[in-house]
Amino acid sequence: MTETLNLWLIPVLPLAGAAINGFLGKKSSRTAVSTIALFFSGAAFIWALTVAWRLSSVTLPHQEFFLNNEHLAHWIRSGSFSADFAFYLDQISLVMLLVVTGVGFLIHIYSVGYMWDDPGYYRFFSYLNLFMFFMLTLVLANNYLLMFIGWEGVGLASYLLIGFWFTKDSAASAGKKAFIVNRVGDFGFLIGLFLIIVNFHSLDFTKVFAQVQPLGSEVTGAGLLTAIGILLMVGACGKSAQIPLYVWLPDAMEGPTPVSALIHAATMVTAGVYMVARSHVIFERAPTALTVVAIIGTITALFAATIGITQTDIKKVLAYSTVSQLGYMFMACGVGAFSAGIFHLMTHAFFKGLLFLAAGSVIHAVGGEQDMRKMGGLRSYIPWTALTMGIATLAIAGIPPFAGFWSKDVILWRAYQSSWIYWLIGLITAFITSFYMFRLLFMTFAGEYRGAQVDSHGRMHSAHGHDGHGHGEPHESPAVMIVPLLVLAFLSLVGGLVAIGGRFEHFLMPVFGTATEATSEAASHATELLLMGLSVVVALSGAVVAWILYVSKPELPAKISASLGSFYDVVLNKYYVDELYAKLFVKPLVDGSTTILWQGVDRKVIDDTVNNAADGARHVSDEVRHMQSGNLRSYAGWIAAGAAVVIAYMIWLGVGR
Amino acid sequence: MVPLSYYLVLSGILFACGVTGFLIKRNIITIFMSIELMLNGVNLSFVAFAAHWQNLAGQVFVFFVMVVAAAEAAVGLAIIIAVYRTRETLNVDQVNLLKL
Amino acid sequence: MLNIHLILFLAFGAIAVAGAVNLLVQRHPINSALSLIAVMAALAGEYLLLGAEFVAAVQVIVYAGAIMVLFVFVIMLLNAGVEEQTSGSRVAFIFGIPGMLLGSLLVAWVVLRHSGTEAVWPGALPGAPKTIGPLLFHEFLLPFEVTSILILIAIMGAVVLASKPTTPGGGPRQKVQD
Repeated sequence: MTETLNLWLIPVLPLAGAAINGFLGKKSSRTAVSTIALFFSGAAFIWALTVAWRLSSVTLPHQEFFLNNEHLAHWIRSGSFSADFAFYLDQISLVMLLVVTGVGFLIHIYSVGYMWDDPGYYRFFSYLNLFMFFMLTLVLANNYLLMFIGWEGVGLASYLLIGFWFTKDSAASAGKKAFIVNRVGDFGFLIGLFLIIVNFHSLDFTKVFAQVQPLGSEVTGAGLLTAIGILLMVGACGKSAQIPLYVWLPDAMEGPTPVSALIHAATMVTAGVYMVARSHVIFERAPTALTVVAIIGTITALFAATIGITQTDIKKVLAYSTVSQLGYMFMACGVGAFSAGIFHLMTHAFFKGLLFLAAGSVIHAVGGEQDMRKMGGLRSYIPWTALTMGIATLAIAGIPPFAGFWSKDVILWRAYQSSWIYWLIGLITAFITSFYMFRLLFMTFAGEYRGAQVDSHGRMHSAHGHDGHGHGEPHESPAVMIVPLLVLAFLSLVGGLVAIGGRFEHFLMPVFGTATEATSEAASHATELLLMGLSVVVALSGAVVAWILYVSKPELPAKISASLGSFYDVVLNKYYVDELYAKLFVKPLVDGSTTILWQGVDRKVIDDTVNNAADGARHVSDEVRHMQSGNLRSYAGWIAAGAAVVIAYMIWLGVGR
Repeated sequence: MVPLSYYLVLSGILFACGVTGFLIKRNIITIFMSIELMLNGVNLSFVAFAAHWQNLAGQVFVFFVMVVAAAEAAVGLAIIIAVYRTRETLNVDQVNLLKL
Repeated sequence: MLNIHLILFLAFGAIAVAGAVNLLVQRHPINSALSLIAVMAALAGEYLLLGAEFVAAVQVIVYAGAIMVLFVFVIMLLNAGVEEQTSGSRVAFIFGIPGMLLGSLLVAWVVLRHSGTEAVWPGALPGAPKTIGPLLFHEFLLPFEVTSILILIAIMGAVVLASKPTTPGGGPRQKVQD
């Protein structure tokens, strides 16, 4: 028997922070609020490190109950179905744990500086801690139901944080859009869960997977496991912004930049990947579902990358980049390389989180401006930000020895082993990724500063709540914001080195088993090196093209886009997907709700029933009140009539006998 | 030998006349007299049954009914006098303040 | 079968019914009062036929002799005249009269059809004061005493209600300006 690790502390500590800040924060000073928030999220991180440290003292996978008490952890006992508040620790949940708490803690520190001037300071940290609680519940859950609670909870936190500046219409709508689109995915997820319950009579990971393990692979592609897999993937599409449910992520950039960094880059959107990796037992026995996952991931990666080329808002570029990178992770899972997917998840958390935080620093520097066309030449004004962002760009482009290179390369290699089509599209996407990331870098930091000198307060307030700061020239961010950038830059630099020698895969092998390690022999090793070199060349060429277009010959992009004409317009407008959805789904729903549900059902049926009942009562009483006329004779008449009725009735009773 | 039912029918006719008078008359005093007529009809019925069942309690009860009718007549007529003082009319249709 | 009792019954009954109908028909209250006295006299005769001597005597003394006299006094005190023809209540006409007629017809029909031909002998039941007395003062003592209190209260009430107001314009009664 292993000793207990008190895993329950990890989610509960941020929950305590959220509660304290939520209830008491309004009247507290900012120092107090930030101390509470940092303390609890930091404590969660430290405890996660402690768990990692004591990993050798427990056998993995390790399960624990809430508060280590089996009875307290009882949740649902319904016939043969049971679910508990219990936690499950194995290698992937450990990786996710460290990523979530570590990056989360860094972003908390960053937010102290970023949100300092915002009137909703305490609310922000309360929501942020709440998000941490739900995300950690998701990661540590030992059954699908508790995971689903975390799933929904992070959706809630995301809604709250996207719409943080809720007085702004676009922010409130973006929050709604995120939640609703997620809901569509959750619908598929739930049906998948129902299928699991019906067929395997439990939602516990250990019990379900134990029952699935002996089943053979479904080659016909029409079986139960395929259905479950596809439905789970639908849920993942919603949460991780894949086609067709990705449309909420670009709009989610309405939220503050730390939110974009934490939720929409590092942690929440990766929940889908985590869930698919966790369910690998099911997916491995449903090849059709795996293929669906791979195809969706690949197409999304390419699709989002093409949109990213044309965007001018710095955060939107990063948003589409996130969608694209998530596509890579799903591609990895789809070809069976689950550990590669998790590895890319980890490195992506580092460099994408860093990219968003640095973008926040840039926005802070130029007083709220987010349009890259109005930036440029910021290298001299904000050197630290420029340095860290440069490191992150190198990482995401896949240039060695930065982290992104290792993770992306493993994915491309495993994709090549599955089908060269996946590999080719992945390679093209890598080129486009490198291109638009360097485009972003050059447009922001190179050349001459194209922005306004005097920042406008009104614009600043709505963009990132930053007020009364330095005017005139762009200025560097305070240390509290720079330090997390540096830490993440360091991780982006060395984070990939854990993959050397296959150590990371080896670490995750107890989870994913040897089935995923379908490596071939030495001959392929040469191919692997060749492909590695090819991807580096592709990344570098992307950088070069970006240099040409945006530094040496800045008039070229306009000419190219003009020559592409309408095709360029389509891409610029995100392939009009939002408009398509609006026409196909949103408008009919809204119209239907208005005419049928609101005017028809709510007004005519429900309201009218109540009103007519009241009217009817009034009319009836209007008639009946004439009885009380004050006229003695009419009273007498009624008495006589009543007496006659009673007498007749009694006679009738008596006669009947 | 008069069958019991004849007495009952007579009692019923008197009672019906009393109710009718109560309903169609407009003078308060006449209405009161109709009430007395009703009571008389009921008394007849009581006595007839007493004779039928050979039980003197029926006649005793008639005695009590008469006593109560006397009391009621006294008080009722006093009320009529009081109402006449204020309303100057004996028409029951004009004593209609107790209405909605 | 025709015998003296039936003839007497029918005679008294006819007088009673005639008096009752006359009460309805007459328009002056004093005429109605006098017909009511006739009804009561006829009923006293009926009571005698049934052997209820005491009750018949009380009927004449109390009912016809005291109550009806009181009625006549009040009619003359208030100088009640011929009553006006104001419109009454529709309810009374529509529901009350037909209802009562129907009811009484129904009762009569049932009674006549369903009762037997048990006859009631006159004098079969001794209704003399000698037999009523013990009943009144032994079994029905409590109701007897209670009704005496009732009469006392009625006397007091009648005196209070009918007395003239002591202060002009004030007192227990106020003129209702309508």
